[in-house]
Amino acid sequence: MPVLKILVCMKQVPQKDAPLKLNESGTWIREDVSYEVNEPDAYALEEALRQREKHKGEVVVITSGPARAQQVLREALAKGADRAIHLEDDKFVGLDAFNTAKAFAAAIKDESFDLIFTGLQSDDYGYAQTGVILGELLGLPHATIIMHIEKTDSGIRVKRELEAGYFQFVDMPTPAVLTIQSGINKLRYATLIGIKQAKNKPLRKVALAEVQSALGDNLQKIERLYVPQKTKKTEHIEGSAGEIAKKLVDKLRNELRVL
Amino acid sequence: MLDTILVVVEQREGKLNRVSWETITAGQTIAAATGWTLEAAVVGGSAAPFAAEVAAKKVAKVYAVESPKLEPYTPDAFTVALKQFLAAKQPKLVLMPHTYQVRDFAPKLATAMGRTVISDCIGFKHENGKLVFTRQMFQGKLAADVSFTSDAPWFATFQNGSFRGDKAEAGAGAAPIETVAVEIADGVIRNKPQEVFKEAKQAVDLTQAEIIVAVGRGIKEQKNIEIAKQLADALGGDLAASRPICDSGWLPMDRQIGSSGQTVAPKLYLALGISGAIQHIVGMKGSKTIIAVNKDSEAPIFEIADYAIVGNLFDIVPPLTEEVKKAKAGS
Repeated sequence: MPVLKILVCMKQVPQKDAPLKLNESGTWIREDVSYEVNEPDAYALEEALRQREKHKGEVVVITSGPARAQQVLREALAKGADRAIHLEDDKFVGLDAFNTAKAFAAAIKDESFDLIFTGLQSDDYGYAQTGVILGELLGLPHATIIMHIEKTDSGIRVKRELEAGYFQFVDMPTPAVLTIQSGINKLRYATLIGIKQAKNKPLRKVALAEVQSALGDNLQKIERLYVPQKTKKTEHIEGSAGEIAKKLVDKLRNELRVL
Repeated sequence: MLDTILVVVEQREGKLNRVSWETITAGQTIAAATGWTLEAAVVGGSAAPFAAEVAAKKVAKVYAVESPKLEPYTPDAFTVALKQFLAAKQPKLVLMPHTYQVRDFAPKLATAMGRTVISDCIGFKHENGKLVFTRQMFQGKLAADVSFTSDAPWFATFQNGSFRGDKAEAGAGAAPIETVAVEIADGVIRNKPQEVFKEAKQAVDLTQAEIIVAVGRGIKEQKNIEIAKQLADALGGDLAASRPICDSGWLPMDRQIGSSGQTVAPKLYLALGISGAIQHIVGMKGSKTIIAVNKDSEAPIFEIADYAIVGNLFDIVPPLTEEVKKAKAGS
């Protein structure tokens, strides 16, 4: 039976509730925050692990970023991924999605995967592009915002999520690139044994120099990053819980007239 | 040749996607700021009827980009068709609404042309002849002004609700329409899409609710949802949730508010323990009054809230429910 090879592209992003501060030039955040795995990518990894459980195969995880990004790969290996690839350099943080996808494509050029997963978007940039760009660079068919994957005789059948509660099944050949929607499955926790085993799993480092020739200049640039200007006038309601309750009810009744 | 802005409108299931009018407004606004020419294009199996609808708006010209292979939508067909059309037309800027369909092909199209998309924009600035696009980052905590450093065509997509569809100016007369037949070779299309469908029963239509009490991750556990339900019942409203709550199975998917769920604009929206991630906000920012309860004073939800309560929802909500019940009993 053919072995299913799945690549999961993962990203390390600032923790959800991390207080963010702007750097001096106002073009990025200060990096002294806590980081975590981009949550949509955790769903992509979980889906890869489940597909491997069903069909036998290999799950490889890849990320690009500074040394700290290795944590995302270690966690993935602890959860059950077979090996990891780390494009390690501080400069990877500044690449746009186009170049990030090019870097990934260069790093995996000697491998052939049946499926490539990414989370549907990152929680820091929120572009939802890297997976789609990677598919185009590799000449592979793709589908986005996927909620279900099934193997078929001719490839795979995926369930695409659309707006407002609509869905669509799509039959596709493999190899293919899929961006995975959160809620496709329930995330597993790494076990203690998994964490121990992760230490011995292969982690290949790829230096920026190795992929530099595949990259180009960024095609877009963050001119400035800033705290959003509020356009809405927000009234803060303060006091004890009891006082807040009374004040709110007063507004609901007399101003908003919903009571 | 004058620089052109091209709005690619979206048609799906035999109708123009209404969000396309918002993109037309965006195009008209940018055209006014830059002095560039505004044109529009519809893409599909039979695009001409939709082109006529778009031609009623104030645009210089409308293109009906057609091929039978463009129906149903596939990213391969749309990429090949639009690449052909754009290479011939050479617009400066291509605008699209940030729909799930556009997300599916726009980055592929841009990459095929060696270009880039600035996606999910909420506005733009034109300063000293330079166009920058504003978008939210870090789930709404920060905003970024982003510029293109590449050659044209530039691609940008706009978030739902960032411009008003009803503000799209009508044209003095109907704009000229040009049908463009595109060539899509055999073997280009690799995906075989099936019929679009709605998942099972939609028990509750939240778009009709006047009052909505929505819970987010701050509710912490499934059993705590009861606290929110009590408030919803007391107010005579409906219970709803952000996506993570539905992903965990704590509430059914038809209670989800956001880009993948329902888009609502009730009289009153109470957001309990909801941080205000972009995917949620797009589904409720049109609410008449928004009251948000969150223990994080920096939560992005407070940027759009009319009334803000920074505090623990477990302390705030039960007394509120009691006061509401008292008020209703008293009146």
